[in-house]
Amino acid sequence: MHDTDLFTVSHLHKRFGDATVVNDLSFSIGPGECLGVIGPNGAGKTTTIRMCLGLCAPDGGSIHALGLEMPRDARAIKAQLGVVSQMDTLDPDFSCAENLLVYGRYFGMKDAQIRARIPELLEFASLTSKANAKPGELSGGMKRRLSLARALVNDPRLLLLDEPTTGLDPQARHLMWERLQLLLQQGKSILLTTHFMDEAERLCNRLLVLDHGRKIAEGRPRDLIREHLEPDVVEVYGVGAMALLESPLRALAARVEVSGETVFFYTANAAGLLQALHAYPQLRTLHRPANLEDLFLKLTGRQIREEA
Amino acid sequence: MKNVAAYAHSTRAAGQNPSAWRAPELSLRFWPVFLRNLLVWRKLAIPSLVGNIAEPLMWLVAFGYGMGALVGQITVPGPAGPVQVPYILFLASGSICMSAMQAASFEALYSAFSRMHVQKTWDGIMNAPVGLDDIVLAEMLWAAFKSLFTVTAILGVMLALNISHSPKLLVAWPILLGVGITFSCIALIFNALAKGYDFFTYYFTLFLTPMMFLSGVFFPLEQLPLAVRVVADWLPLSNAVLLVRPLFMDQWPADALRHAAVLAAYAVVSFWIALALTRRRFRL
Repeated sequence: MHDTDLFTVSHLHKRFGDATVVNDLSFSIGPGECLGVIGPNGAGKTTTIRMCLGLCAPDGGSIHALGLEMPRDARAIKAQLGVVSQMDTLDPDFSCAENLLVYGRYFGMKDAQIRARIPELLEFASLTSKANAKPGELSGGMKRRLSLARALVNDPRLLLLDEPTTGLDPQARHLMWERLQLLLQQGKSILLTTHFMDEAERLCNRLLVLDHGRKIAEGRPRDLIREHLEPDVVEVYGVGAMALLESPLRALAARVEVSGETVFFYTANAAGLLQALHAYPQLRTLHRPANLEDLFLKLTGRQIREEA
Repeated sequence: MKNVAAYAHSTRAAGQNPSAWRAPELSLRFWPVFLRNLLVWRKLAIPSLVGNIAEPLMWLVAFGYGMGALVGQITVPGPAGPVQVPYILFLASGSICMSAMQAASFEALYSAFSRMHVQKTWDGIMNAPVGLDDIVLAEMLWAAFKSLFTVTAILGVMLALNISHSPKLLVAWPILLGVGITFSCIALIFNALAKGYDFFTYYFTLFLTPMMFLSGVFFPLEQLPLAVRVVADWLPLSNAVLLVRPLFMDQWPADALRHAAVLAAYAVVSFWIALALTRRRFRL
C-alpha cells in the first residue's frame, strides 16, 4: 500500500455457499485516478463494490480507505464516498431538488448547507430546468445524472460507480462521460465497473480485468493491448468466410479466432493479408487496430456464458 | 440454514461481523430516514388520512349504533365491581386499539416493503453513512408515528361524537403510541421475510383478523371458552385493550404494569427478530 493511495483492497475473498465469487483480489486507487473494473456478468464486479461499501462482509482479505478500515469504519468511510449503484435508487415521490436534499441529510449535512449546493449539483447534471420534476418524468440519462449528482452531495474524494451508463443511449452516455472527465479533472478519484470497452478506454487510467472472481490482467489500457494482442485486426465476414480457416491465409496471421459468422485475424502485418483477401471479393473485410474489446474477449473467451 | 451457519463462521474467522443476532447498532442517523418518510407523507397526508380513518369510523358507527341498539348496555369489570357501559363506548375503546394495530401493521408491511424491496430506497440510503439497523429503527418509529396520527384523528371524531369525555384519554394517547410501536415491530418481522405483497395477506387474515376477535374488541373476553381465554390473555391486542378501555370510562386500568410489560416484551423481542431477519435478508 502506498501512502498516497485512497483505497486499497488486499487479498479479498468472498464465497456464496460453494461458489467462490471473489478470489484473492487486490488493487488500489490513487488520488485523481480512474480505475476501471471490467469482466463478464458474474465476474464478481458488483460483489466487490458491495464489499468496498461494507454491504457484504468479505470472507478474507482487507479493505482500507482514507486511513480507515472496512467494514469496521464503514460509516466514517462512506461519509467520504460517493456511490452510484447499478439500479437507480432515486426517490420517486420527490422532485430532483428534494432527492438531493433528502440524500444530503443522510450524511448529517444541515439543510442550509445542502440547499446551497443544490443549484450547482443540478447544473452539473444538466437538470436545472428539471429541479421540480420527479424521477418518473426524467429520461434514463437524466436519472443517471441525478444519481451522479446525488452521489456528489457530500463532495466526496472517491466515487464508486457500478455500470453508470448501462442502458443509456449514445448521447446520454457521451454526456455522462464528459461529466466524469470533469470530475477527474477536479482531482476526484473514480472506481468504475463497466461492460463498455470504449467507456473503459476513454475514462480509465488503469484497468482491472476480472473473470470468475479472479484478477486476470491489470494495467493501462494501451499497455494491456500491446502486451496481450497483435496491433492489427482484420475482421472477415460473409458467405464462405469460414472456409478461410482451412486456407493458406491462416498462416498470414499470428492468431485467428471465430465469433459467430466473423473470422478475426490478429497480425502485426496486415498488408499481406489484405492483399491476399482481394482474391475473395464476395467477403467483407474490416481492418482496424486491436482494441480493448479484443483484449477482453481474448482474456475471458468468446463463447457466450450461460449466466450472461 | 447450513449456508448461513457456514457464512457466519467464516466471517468470524476473518474477524468480520459475527452474527445476524448481534446487538442492535442504533444511532441518531435514523432521524433523516424518519424525516424522509415524513416528507413523502406530508404530500399525501390528507387523502391518506381519509383512507385511514374512514374504515374504523364506519365500523364504529355501523356496529356501535346498530348493534348498540340491540345490545344496549354491556357489563365490564371495574375496580369496584362490574359496571354497565353503553356498547358504543365499549366498542370505541377496543376499536381504537385495533386501529392503532392496523395502521402500524399496514405501514410496516406494505409501505416499508415498497421502500425496501420495490423502490430500493433502503439500498440507496445504505450507500450513505446510515446503517441497516438505523433504517429498520426509523421504519419502526415511522409506522408507530403514522398509527398515532390515525389514532389521534379517530379520537378527535370520538370526542366530537361525545362517545367519551374522560380526561384520562390523555393517558390513552401515549399508550396507543406504544401499541403502534409493538405492532410495527411485529410487522417488520414479516416484512423481513416477505417475497412479495401477497405474503402480507396471510399475516392479516391468519394473525391480525383472528386477534381482533380474540382480544375483547367487539365482545368481552369473558365470553370466550376458558381454553381460548388462556391464549387470548397473552395476545398483544387484548393487553392493549385492557389498558385503554378503562381510560375511556374514566377509570385506571387494573394490572396496568403487567399489560404494559407484555406489550413491551412483544415489542423488544419482535424488533430484535425483525432486525436479525432483515440483516440476513441483506446479507449483512
